[in-house]
Amino acid sequence: MMYDWLYNLTGSEILAMFIVSLLPLFVFILPFALAAVLAERKVSAHMQDRLGPMRTGYHGILQTIADIIKLLQKEDLVPHATDKALFNFAPLLVFMGSYAAFAAIPFSGFFIGSKIDLGIIFIVGVTGLVVAGILMAGWASNNKYSLLGAMRAAAQIISYEIPTLLIILTVIMLTGTLSLYDLSEMQTAYFWNWLILGGPAVGLQKILLIPLMILGFLIIYTSTLAEVNRTPFDIPEAESELVSGYHTEYSGMKFAMFFLAEYANMFAVSAIVSVIFFGGYQSPFGYLGNTLGWTWLVPIEQFFWFTAKGLFGVFVQMWLRWTLPRFRVDQLMAFCWKYLIPFSFVILLLVGLITLM
Amino acid sequence: MRDYIYNFWQGLYTILVGMKVTFRHLFIPAVTIQYPSVKPQMPERERNRLYVNMDDCIGCDQCARACPVNCIEIETVKSIPGEDLGTTSNGKKKALWVTTFNIDFAKCCYCQLCVFPCPTECIYMTDTYEFSEFQRENLVYDFVTLTPEERIQKKKNFEEMQAKKEAEKIAAAKKADEDKAAQANKPAETKSDNKEENKQ
Repeated sequence: MMYDWLYNLTGSEILAMFIVSLLPLFVFILPFALAAVLAERKVSAHMQDRLGPMRTGYHGILQTIADIIKLLQKEDLVPHATDKALFNFAPLLVFMGSYAAFAAIPFSGFFIGSKIDLGIIFIVGVTGLVVAGILMAGWASNNKYSLLGAMRAAAQIISYEIPTLLIILTVIMLTGTLSLYDLSEMQTAYFWNWLILGGPAVGLQKILLIPLMILGFLIIYTSTLAEVNRTPFDIPEAESELVSGYHTEYSGMKFAMFFLAEYANMFAVSAIVSVIFFGGYQSPFGYLGNTLGWTWLVPIEQFFWFTAKGLFGVFVQMWLRWTLPRFRVDQLMAFCWKYLIPFSFVILLLVGLITLM
Repeated sequence: MRDYIYNFWQGLYTILVGMKVTFRHLFIPAVTIQYPSVKPQMPERERNRLYVNMDDCIGCDQCARACPVNCIEIETVKSIPGEDLGTTSNGKKKALWVTTFNIDFAKCCYCQLCVFPCPTECIYMTDTYEFSEFQRENLVYDFVTLTPEERIQKKKNFEEMQAKKEAEKIAAAKKADEDKAAQANKPAETKSDNKEENKQ
């Protein structure tokens, strides 16, 4: 494991812990956010038959860096009538919530921030901080649009946590583990061991599980999409209705924190979905490192597969964003309570029956 | 219940249809162009900024009179005898110095009415459409090729010639008067002299 390795290398627990906790941020989240913001703009542009940013660097690849530099230079505006303490703390809380989720995400067999047994429940719980942060931002901004956006966000995220958790519960019932590391290790070897294809089950059980798992995957993908406030579930920041929702009053780096948190969250939820249904960091067809006897190559390969799956999930999120129009608030609630939750209950029940076989 | 399942299926299916459409568009070449570096082909009979080819202009003032918003301002000075102004490209002999030819593009309505009356086709539409300015005065374009000194010179030349003529006239009149005084007894001849002068 990374921590043990760093502990042996540096001989200091604190230093090792510090490096392990900062690694995902600087090695992964920041470059990912930079790339994802650009990718979002390019994907949206090409889907609308445009070109997107083209001026900074080759085909605009330096656009995000230029934007970050611009945001850093901006004045840190705090409107007069805001609740200063909460206003300043909210972006940090939102980012903390989405960053804390990365602690339990297994990037590879070698690197997992914390190998806790309650991994998936920890992630679901700690991302609740995001709701608190968003509500805090909306309230402290003292702006009607911000408050409306924040209230919508709270209602939406809390509603959509139910189908998410029901599907997670289904998977837990099937596998008997809450640890994301164990969950990934369980789906090793080949892609037919992935839980979307029934996991390690065999025979009739597997055949019965496949349609349920595919449906479960669709439900959890939709509900996590709603949890990260992406279109078509972006009513908390609906530009055409609420200016930009809970971050209307934010500017400069505080706004960038919200942005970073949103993109970190996007990756976190696709990573969770990929760990639950697509084998996490496991390769779909064995490892080159094992074949050649180079054991050091395996974690790198695992990291590659993990990022590839996560990034594909993010791409599909963008793809959906530029395909679907925004839900109305009542449609959003109806979709969750009248369709997703009953379906996930049925899946829970059927999978429970199948596991009894 | 049937409706419910059908709705669910319909929702799922139509999302996939929409995703297929957007995915196809991902690979369609962009229909937009990189504007300042790549410009669209303008239509053949576009109407943009006017240009006046002063080599061909004879200062006939027809464009200024055709202009519905009076954005063309022309002043001309007659050339003095012996000055060669050259000919226009279609062979007309130029007789006037054009000392002012201002077009105010802040007023211009790009109607192209000034283009048709021009006898030498020296005023025409170009394909330039990027000529915005921060100061409105900068939109007044001066097309005259003469330097300011030359313009003053031409006016002066004309005035001098005029003055000379005037002086000649006065001299001639004086002479006529003197002649009249000298030949008071021959009134018929003086009359004919005056007539000749008028003819000139």
